[in-house]
Amino acid sequence: MTIQEVGQEVGRPRKRKEDARLLTGRTQWTDNLTRPGLLHVMFLRSPMAHARITRVDVSGARELPGVVAAFSGQDFAAEQGSLPCAWPVSEDVVIPDHPPMAVSEVRYVGEAVACVIATDRYRAADALEAIDVEYEQLPAVLEMKEALTAESPKVHEAGNKAFSTKITSGDIEAAFRDAPIVIDRTFRQQRLIPSAMEPRAVMADTDGESYTLWSSTQIPHVLRVMLAVVTGIPEHKIRVIAPDVGGGFGSKLQVTAEEVLCLLLARKLGKPVKWTESRSEGNLTVHHGRDQIQHLRLAADADGRIRGLQVDLLADMGAYLMLVTPGIPLLGASMFNAIYKMDAYEFACTGVFTTKMPTDAYRGAGRPEATFGIERMMDELAAELHMDPVEVRRRNWIKHEEFPYTTISGLTYDSGNYEAATDKATAMFGYDKLRAEQNDRRDRGDPVQLGIGVSTYTEMCGLAPSRMLGEANYAAGGWEHGTVRMLPTGKVEVITGTSPHGQGHVTAWSQIVADALGVPFDDVTVLHGDTAISHKGMDTYGSRSLVIGGIAVLKAAEKVKDKARKLAAHLLECSPDDLEFEAGAFKVRGTESQKTMQELSWAAFAAHDLPEGVEARLDSDATFDPENYSFPHGTHLCAVEVDTETGMVKIRSYVAVDDVGKVVNPLIVEGQVHGGIAQGIAQALFEEAVYDADGNLLTTTMADYLLPSAADLPTFTLDRTESPATSNPLGVKGVGEAGTIASTPAVVNAIVDALRPLGIHDVEMPCSPERVWRALEGVRS
Amino acid sequence: MPRITVTVDGIKYEEDVEPRLLLVHLLRERLGKTGTPVGCDTSNCGACTVMLDGKSVKSCSVLAVQADGCDVVTIEGLGVNGSMHPMQQAFHEEHALQCGYCTPGMVMAAIDLLRDDPDPSEERIRQGLEGNLCRCTGYCNIVRAVRKGAQEMGQAVSTP
Repeated sequence: MTIQEVGQEVGRPRKRKEDARLLTGRTQWTDNLTRPGLLHVMFLRSPMAHARITRVDVSGARELPGVVAAFSGQDFAAEQGSLPCAWPVSEDVVIPDHPPMAVSEVRYVGEAVACVIATDRYRAADALEAIDVEYEQLPAVLEMKEALTAESPKVHEAGNKAFSTKITSGDIEAAFRDAPIVIDRTFRQQRLIPSAMEPRAVMADTDGESYTLWSSTQIPHVLRVMLAVVTGIPEHKIRVIAPDVGGGFGSKLQVTAEEVLCLLLARKLGKPVKWTESRSEGNLTVHHGRDQIQHLRLAADADGRIRGLQVDLLADMGAYLMLVTPGIPLLGASMFNAIYKMDAYEFACTGVFTTKMPTDAYRGAGRPEATFGIERMMDELAAELHMDPVEVRRRNWIKHEEFPYTTISGLTYDSGNYEAATDKATAMFGYDKLRAEQNDRRDRGDPVQLGIGVSTYTEMCGLAPSRMLGEANYAAGGWEHGTVRMLPTGKVEVITGTSPHGQGHVTAWSQIVADALGVPFDDVTVLHGDTAISHKGMDTYGSRSLVIGGIAVLKAAEKVKDKARKLAAHLLECSPDDLEFEAGAFKVRGTESQKTMQELSWAAFAAHDLPEGVEARLDSDATFDPENYSFPHGTHLCAVEVDTETGMVKIRSYVAVDDVGKVVNPLIVEGQVHGGIAQGIAQALFEEAVYDADGNLLTTTMADYLLPSAADLPTFTLDRTESPATSNPLGVKGVGEAGTIASTPAVVNAIVDALRPLGIHDVEMPCSPERVWRALEGVRS
Repeated sequence: MPRITVTVDGIKYEEDVEPRLLLVHLLRERLGKTGTPVGCDTSNCGACTVMLDGKSVKSCSVLAVQADGCDVVTIEGLGVNGSMHPMQQAFHEEHALQCGYCTPGMVMAAIDLLRDDPDPSEERIRQGLEGNLCRCTGYCNIVRAVRKGAQEMGQAVSTP
């Protein structure tokens, strides 16, 4: 056997193995799948934000052609359980019963009240119209502050407060006492709809004994456990498969009503069923993101040094607590202090129930909200001091020689270099030149003003060390699992517990394993997303896949190599210590004698002559549970042109220098940053879920909910610095959320910077032309 | 029920269809052409873009009966003899896809864009793709891929 060419794969811009199928339409989206005799499920959804259900009559639907069955929530009351919340964040948390299909009361527009099962989706849609529901309308509860008053109608009997929590570090009163500068601001994080391009779909089938559920989910492993807990079907009788999944951004990190109900319907009918949401159904019922009111107070010295920060958050939970709903604002608790040193910090948060779709994880989950708050405050501080916003940050951040650094909120940042990233970014951006142009435009009274926005951020990435999740009261751990098995012919199958939906795990994991085993990149394949194959895992969210899952795979590969070394020593009749590993083969030092990994794999399969204690086959499992989070960071700079006559904002240039530690695949990293920036800009400029005064969602379609198109965004200019993480052997930090976290404040800071000389100190997001124009009219009048 | 004749990716089909059946559902559910996905109900996202008699259309906003007598090309019919179309190849080379859900429609729209303007500027590409939404890539690499695809296709035409 000849040795195939192998080389350094980690760090190489490998084009993706995933692409060919996706580009040629040979995809396995859940909605592409079918089963013999497949039935289609559709849900009738509440048109009211809050109402008692007094009668549901599905008999009209049952009589229509093609209809196999129709059920109300009452029909499922005894068996459907309650959708889970896995993060009871505080002792006072209220977790209301959350039936997958409403039984007696609805609490948001879009909540399922009945369902039909028909032979095709057109028949099912027809049948929905034949269902008769009578409601007794109750008052909607929409604004968080009003919801907390004694006079407010109640969403749940226990009241509208879901939880409250307070964390204090240092002497906060002393920090504010006699502070020369106190900045006091309130920011709104508008409600967002995650809008993965693939609408959710679920298919369930049973052979009478066990169940298979296909779902466009980010979390097949967590979902299986939760389906067992909710439905009572034994866990070992449920197999969950996440086939190709068309984007998630947190929105598919959920245990949904539709997944539970499809499983129960397959059991009830003994037949395969499938549900695929329409986009308007999705906008109503995919969990929403953000939705916070942030009241921030910052005390500083006259030279710009921060003394203390007080954060008081109201977080809209919506009508129920879903899988990690109450945990999202708390993920921001240790991120508001960001990269800055201060003497004291206080974080208080109240979760509030309203009659709206529940909120939960959306790209960045709690960290973009926190970063927005502090980065806006840094700009306000700079304005107060008449100081350059970059300079005010320099005076406060942790210096590169101070790492590892334990922050005021108790996290230990292992590595970073904020100076290097900022110097690089400002140089690429042409910072000084743009400032000169800005001054020139101001002097001229140009109707189009230039604004410059900076955001120096860090992220708490790689969720998460199990010990820390335990301390935060989260129900599960944060380890990840990997298997590496060499096949008899020397090819390699990797199994990962992470569940990708666009992140390119197959390519990146192949690079890691190819290096570890000295095998060609093309000889490695990666399996995932099926609990019958990938039997252990904690799935993909929070930029954890590479940082935890990639390392589990690396560890498994190293175990395989150790086993191969023992076998090689046995076959070559030498000590393992006499062997050196080079170009995919173990060689006896100083001789021509060697065994390639391919030869060893066949020998381990044939098992004719194995050393004592070595089992057949070259394969191994490993789990990895990090000691710490990882902390990517960076500096993003945005230049905007704001037309002061129309309110129109145009992004003129955008520069991002990110430090994500060591990079496995620069192409994938760049792509993730691009996409993240686009989503963050979208929050700043375009997107908002809007409810009317009665609690009807007004943004149910992509015509009303403005996702940016290619024409709305510029080309981003990227570069990197590199401070390897110390919490894992590859030095990687994670990258999926960085762009989103950094870009929203960079854009809004730029807009405010453009308008500040005109007397404007804030513009509420999204900074639409109308909002900017109204702000301008406000100061003109 | 009306009977229609439609050619999809070079194969002629005769189908009885309900008048309200959407072209995308005919393709996906009757003909098994699942390479064309559905992303929205309002013809905003462009994921379901296919070629209808050589012009790109959003197949969620065309009735199957309107395709009677027409020639439809989907992403599955784009490559020749098992190799990818230059635009598909360019998307791969430039890492212009992540989850891939919008990709078939994006590739179709890009090819149609080049029919009108074989050598488009970045601005023209961005405008031309306005009807196709991507949530993963931030569009930078898609724009680069379309430029590259245009160059490759231009060369393919000029090469004898």
